[in-house]
Amino acid sequence: MAVPGDRAAKSGAAETTHSQRHTPEWVATGRELLSASDVGRTIARIAHQIIEKTALDSDEAGSPRVVLIGIPTRGTTLAARLTDKIEEFSGVRPALGSLDITLYRDDLRSRPHRPLERTSVPEGGIEDALVVLVDDVLFSGRTVRSALDGLRDLGRPRSVQLAVLIDRGHRELPIRADFVGKNVPTSRAEDISVLLTEHDGRDGVYLHQEAEA
Amino acid sequence: MRHLLSVTDLDRAAASELLDEAERFEQALLGREVHKLPTLRGRTVMTVFYENSTRTRVSFEVAGKWMSADVINVSASSSSVSKGESLRDTALTLHAAGADALIVRHPASGAAHQIAHWMDGWARAEGRSSGPAIVNAGDGMHEHPTQALLDALTLRQRLGDIEGKRVVIVGDILHSRVARSNVFLLHTLGAEVVLVAPRTLLPVGVEAWPARVSHHLDAELPGADAVLMLRVQAERMNGGFFPSAREYSVNYGLSERRLALLAEHAVVMHPGPMLRGMEIASAVADSPKAAILQQVTNGVHLRMAVLFRLLVGAQEAVA
Repeated sequence: MAVPGDRAAKSGAAETTHSQRHTPEWVATGRELLSASDVGRTIARIAHQIIEKTALDSDEAGSPRVVLIGIPTRGTTLAARLTDKIEEFSGVRPALGSLDITLYRDDLRSRPHRPLERTSVPEGGIEDALVVLVDDVLFSGRTVRSALDGLRDLGRPRSVQLAVLIDRGHRELPIRADFVGKNVPTSRAEDISVLLTEHDGRDGVYLHQEAEA
Repeated sequence: MRHLLSVTDLDRAAASELLDEAERFEQALLGREVHKLPTLRGRTVMTVFYENSTRTRVSFEVAGKWMSADVINVSASSSSVSKGESLRDTALTLHAAGADALIVRHPASGAAHQIAHWMDGWARAEGRSSGPAIVNAGDGMHEHPTQALLDALTLRQRLGDIEGKRVVIVGDILHSRVARSNVFLLHTLGAEVVLVAPRTLLPVGVEAWPARVSHHLDAELPGADAVLMLRVQAERMNGGFFPSAREYSVNYGLSERRLALLAEHAVVMHPGPMLRGMEIASAVADSPKAAILQQVTNGVHLRMAVLFRLLVGAQEAVA
């Protein structure tokens, strides 16, 4: 995985038009929480933690099959990058899937229509596997609750863990992450934007006022 | 989108979006243990069928149930319609009973439009922003939008794209709402449509449709990317539209000989129910070129997408 250098990411000249369309005001007025190289390092660290944790778990009873399930859109991308890293560090490639939680949301009646995102169940399903849910930002916890409901319809995993790049607090449900890239105390008026090369042309995490988004 | 009454309400972007969404539903259901999504929990979908149907009604029912909606089937023969209740009173009753969506099939063209008009009026009178969503599941000789959409989805899956493809629609164009909806939707999606039918089975004003008319099936088959066979709607025919079933079959039936005229990649479709041996030879209907069962499967996913689109999300306020 190529992580663009910190300096290159900060200089506007190296930007693609794609990222300029998505992020100019965040980059200009927002606070940078993670630079591009920080994002790369954080993902590598979470990958190591997942390897360590699953290795510990496997001592108890055989070795569980590990499945990474990303929550679209950026969670899926993060899950794919984590899968690459885990393979690089441990030689074992976990199965990869994605689960769109739109159909499981509890606010469908009060929010505007949103199109479905991609769902793919990995080969072999998730039955008796150790599932790691992956998302970019953990906020109220409602997305994770929806994902847990969704997982239940896919099969019965042995256990479910949660990996997020940013935990910004303000939980509305009793949910916590097992793997956290960075804890960021925020106010509700603020918003966090995670930029990933695959979607935004660059990596980076920014904190900015909600009204700007 | 408040109702789905006609394919002409959909522009290319809206139609493509529905097709994409149907494919996402297919993906979402793939490899699952439980074919049940909580998306429409607590919503009531009523199918109101004044004409017989297996495919469409079952398809809507499955779509609704897989999304956890409560689905109630009303058929004309087993309801107060058979006692002489008017369409308006039936609609008023279902409105009062709390339907969130009505799937309407009626032998009269425009029936779904009329019900949608009444429903919106009653909702306004009650001070609510919106009443039940109406889906036209076939109104007389007018339209059958979800059928056209599922046909388009099948074509897109089989041919990769619809833009620039030539689709030949064969048979009883006059009585076919499927043909009418398909002509307009396929045109919107950029396909070239050719209608093949005897002169007696073409509607008045067909010249104004975005389609070319031909009477020679053999001449049209070699250049076709897809052939859509229609059912001869004997129940709508009150006179001699063609001399005999045998002659119709010889001139317009899709036989094994004609199947051989088609290009390698071409697709054969039929909205069902099929009259095997007359419109389509049995061997053709069961051949690998036929996409008839794929149409049925797509129908469920497409109707899930339609219900999702109509029933989910805060409705834009009605002024």
